[in-house]
Amino acid sequence: MTDTSTPQAAPKRSFAKTLELDTRLLGMIGAFAIVCIVFNILTGGQFLTPRNIFNLTIQTVSVAIMATGMVFIIVTRHIDLSVGSILATCSAIMAMTQTSFLPDVLGLGLGNPLIPWVTIVVGLIVGALIGAFHGWLVGYMGIPAFIVTLGGLLVWRNAGWYITDGQTIGPLDKTFQSFGGIGGTLGATGSWIVAVLATLAAVGTLFNSRRNKVAHGQTPKPMWAEFSLAGLIAAGIFGFVAILNAYQIPTRVLERQFSARGEVMPDGFTASYGLPISVLLLIATAVVMTVVARRTRLGRYIFATGGNPDAAELSGINTRLLTVKVFAIMGTLCALSAVVASARLSFHSNDIGTLDELRVIAAAVIGGTALSGGLGTIHGAILGALIMQSLQSGMAMVGVDAPFQNIVVGAVLVLAVLIDIIYRKRTGGKG
Amino acid sequence: MTPLVEMKDISISFGGVRAVNGVSIDLYPGEVVGLLGHNGAGKSTLIKILSGAYKADSGEIRVNGKPVQINSPRDARDNSIETIYQTLALADNLDATANLFLGREIVTATGMLNDAKMEAETRKIMARLNPNFRKLQEPVSALSGGQRQSVAIARAVYFNARILIMDEPTAALGVHETKMVAELIQELKAQGLGIFLISHDTREMMDLCDRVSVMKNGELIDTCRVEDVTEDDILSMIIMGKKPEKAA
Repeated sequence: MTDTSTPQAAPKRSFAKTLELDTRLLGMIGAFAIVCIVFNILTGGQFLTPRNIFNLTIQTVSVAIMATGMVFIIVTRHIDLSVGSILATCSAIMAMTQTSFLPDVLGLGLGNPLIPWVTIVVGLIVGALIGAFHGWLVGYMGIPAFIVTLGGLLVWRNAGWYITDGQTIGPLDKTFQSFGGIGGTLGATGSWIVAVLATLAAVGTLFNSRRNKVAHGQTPKPMWAEFSLAGLIAAGIFGFVAILNAYQIPTRVLERQFSARGEVMPDGFTASYGLPISVLLLIATAVVMTVVARRTRLGRYIFATGGNPDAAELSGINTRLLTVKVFAIMGTLCALSAVVASARLSFHSNDIGTLDELRVIAAAVIGGTALSGGLGTIHGAILGALIMQSLQSGMAMVGVDAPFQNIVVGAVLVLAVLIDIIYRKRTGGKG
Repeated sequence: MTPLVEMKDISISFGGVRAVNGVSIDLYPGEVVGLLGHNGAGKSTLIKILSGAYKADSGEIRVNGKPVQINSPRDARDNSIETIYQTLALADNLDATANLFLGREIVTATGMLNDAKMEAETRKIMARLNPNFRKLQEPVSALSGGQRQSVAIARAVYFNARILIMDEPTAALGVHETKMVAELIQELKAQGLGIFLISHDTREMMDLCDRVSVMKNGELIDTCRVEDVTEDDILSMIIMGKKPEKAA
């Protein structure tokens, strides 16, 4: 057994491979682009307007946030059918907390600046506890996740109903409502600042990982590849912000804002919506979840357990506790989605989040999460949610009948999984 | 000399079936002890008690003369006991590096995985074990049987095991790779490790082991030095549970 340190001759590599881009991701972006272009033609250019893109992104946020958690659930070979119901219970509790409990019991006046923050903390804790409880039933009691969360689907949907007596609760706190989408945006300047910071952070991460590779004697990508990748990222970020900034606040709305402050709007005054806070929340969630998946022990153990539960156990991983953690993360993200969903409506209603579990699972699966476990990405799930939402609202804009809309979405889900299976066979079973 | 491992009077039952019944075996530094027996004789079960996958109903385990409690795979690892399972116990969706360090990842000061460092370490150990191994970035499902075996062995060897358990290490391997494993066993032995080896191949066991213990129906038939017995003696112990007559 001799030590051979002669490096292997570098084989010719394709452009995508040199950039270390994921071909699967490229395929999904391609599919998304086709969906957008087709709808844009069918609607006579209405689909790809800044206004519609803005609406699409804020409609996607709630499902996309939960889809990132569903990736971890499905990767560990479980399923969660209760996410829409957990969302409803969290939303109900947060609505009662801010409109009834905090003002009446603790004596904080309506509009007190503490109310939204205390409310959100309460909601997140409730979500985490419900999720952890599900995880405990699955991991320690050995009840299949399908059954636990099927029960949870009924229990939490109706727990939410009971808490609010079935009433619609609103209006919600003003600051709380700013997490909903159009009610809370950064404006043009704020959005550009975020774009600059995000680009700096992304490029910094890129070159940091390059330095780490070089420090341990690995051959990094060629410099031109690093720069092209950095360029692509910057173009993507700035392009997205430019589109959102192009969506102007209607003059009517601006006039109302000025007159509310007792001022007169100057002639020709314009303002943009810019980045919605809810979208920032989704991006932050995506970054945190990606870091957890790729850079922490927790993420490594989640994927190892999904790939081979026995091997994970024999490696000393506490797979039962891991199940509790994964479901607790899912519950927390349901609560976060509850903030966004109820804030967007500006009230809590009884049917909030109905059928979300199916949208969330579909988004994760379209995004390449394998139900057999061990495979899946956070950005894939978000893209999956975006594709689903685009199909849905695109068809609504074109005027497709409601039954056909759901027929198409269902067929697309099955087709996406079929394409994925064929793709994985072709590339030798690795994803 | 104190034995590295002593397992005394170990018993375990599964739903009324005594899988292992009052078995005692030991292992000294620089020694290879083979465990032989039919399928279901209890050898894998016995070894899984030592590696922490099962917990014995009764009996005592001593490591370096000190009694130890082994309740989980982690406890076994803490006592420098490493196991190469017959199934290899690899997470197929992860690459060689992730598998090698599974459960014992190297992290940075901020608690993040230090993948670059782990990959460099993997490259070093693989260069020693299997110089042809290059697919560090591929999921191990894309590797050949021999390469997968290398990953499983590297995982056991890297963390300075003193006691190594190898369950059918050559069952899935070709001639060349089997020879490599045999060489490795000699090398590890020379470094003073103690090795428990499980195999069905009596011929191979005669070559590799210093002593063999034969089990049948959950009980230990006998433990002999390989130079004191013939292959036929061992076969009759395995098949009929008959102790060889000691040559006078």
